[in-house]
Amino acid sequence: MKKLLIYGAAIFTVFMVMAFANITTQGEPRPVHIYTNGKTAVKAYEWDGLNYYLSQKNDTTYVVNFWATWCVPCVQELPNFEKLNAKYKGDKVKVILVSLDMPKMAESRLLPFIEKKKLQSKVILMRDPDQNTWLPKVNPDWSGAIPATVIYNKGKRKFYERSFTFEELENELINFK
Amino acid sequence: MKALKFLSLFLIVGALAAFKGTEPVAGGYKVGDIATDFSLKNVDGKKVSLKDFKKAKGYIVVFTCNHCPYAQAYEDRIIALNKKYAKQGYPVIAIQPNDPGKVADDSFENMQARAKEKGFDFPYLMDEGQKIFPQYGATKTPHVYILEKTAKGNEVKYIGAIDDNYEDAKAVKVKYVENAVDALLKGKEITVKETKAIGCSIKA
Repeated sequence: MKKLLIYGAAIFTVFMVMAFANITTQGEPRPVHIYTNGKTAVKAYEWDGLNYYLSQKNDTTYVVNFWATWCVPCVQELPNFEKLNAKYKGDKVKVILVSLDMPKMAESRLLPFIEKKKLQSKVILMRDPDQNTWLPKVNPDWSGAIPATVIYNKGKRKFYERSFTFEELENELINFK
Repeated sequence: MKALKFLSLFLIVGALAAFKGTEPVAGGYKVGDIATDFSLKNVDGKKVSLKDFKKAKGYIVVFTCNHCPYAQAYEDRIIALNKKYAKQGYPVIAIQPNDPGKVADDSFENMQARAKEKGFDFPYLMDEGQKIFPQYGATKTPHVYILEKTAKGNEVKYIGAIDDNYEDAKAVKVKYVENAVDALLKGKEITVKETKAIGCSIKA
């Protein structure tokens, strides 16, 4: 009987390890499209994919900024997000730049922009056109104006419909530490 | 102690005064509020007010502009809305809310050029001094407010997007603005009164 129990526990443990390994190796969601010009590539997602980047539960703090190349205040504040990403890279902080550029402009405008500005943070493209469905899922108070930013980790989450200076951004991030 | 009492009285009065302030409600209009009229300069140089439209049953007020790709994506659909609904009593009134000092593309001259190029047959008004859009609570372009003329004034009936697909007019599944105006014309309740959409933030 005792032997059976030990076997049972062993099998259970193996199952758990396998299940866990499966979860942790699942990795990034499958993009709906990849825009590329050979040198630079950007993965495009709809809500399910975007949601993956908004719901990580590990020990990293994520700074998710919604922007577009045509949005003047967004482009102005991008260097602040880049600086934050560089400064806190080794400190379990990850910046994700979610472009809301129109898909038809992804190759003509977004990819050249990423190259010209030498963006180091991760850039993804959100191309789900049904915004009335997904915007409130990011935050119910979001009017749809950009720039907008979500800062979150497994314990805390905040949404901002505003622009940031580097100091303001850093101050917000420090509150998540 | 007396000083403390005096101070607390002062604080209470101060707090009450703050609540009674005449500042517009943060966040602008909600559905059911009465919208302000205005007198803004049209691209033809004449001033336009809502009250000028004597026969209108209501208005499709669209905050839009020249420079924003989302606004551009909707230009033809805004023209079509006016074609369909002006004659039924719901004309389009377009208002350009950006400060041309910040966005040169949205200057009065460029508005005139754009209106001519696209053949706008509705007013395209400059929100001079950027005073009207904050009262409505518009945050981006395009941003629609459907108003109905009532005994109380112009009542806000719908706030939000034109439809559910900015990118491709042919792929639209739900025409929010058309559904709302159709409901008003039939005297029915609007089913979707508020929607969200990405737009270019207004530069004031």
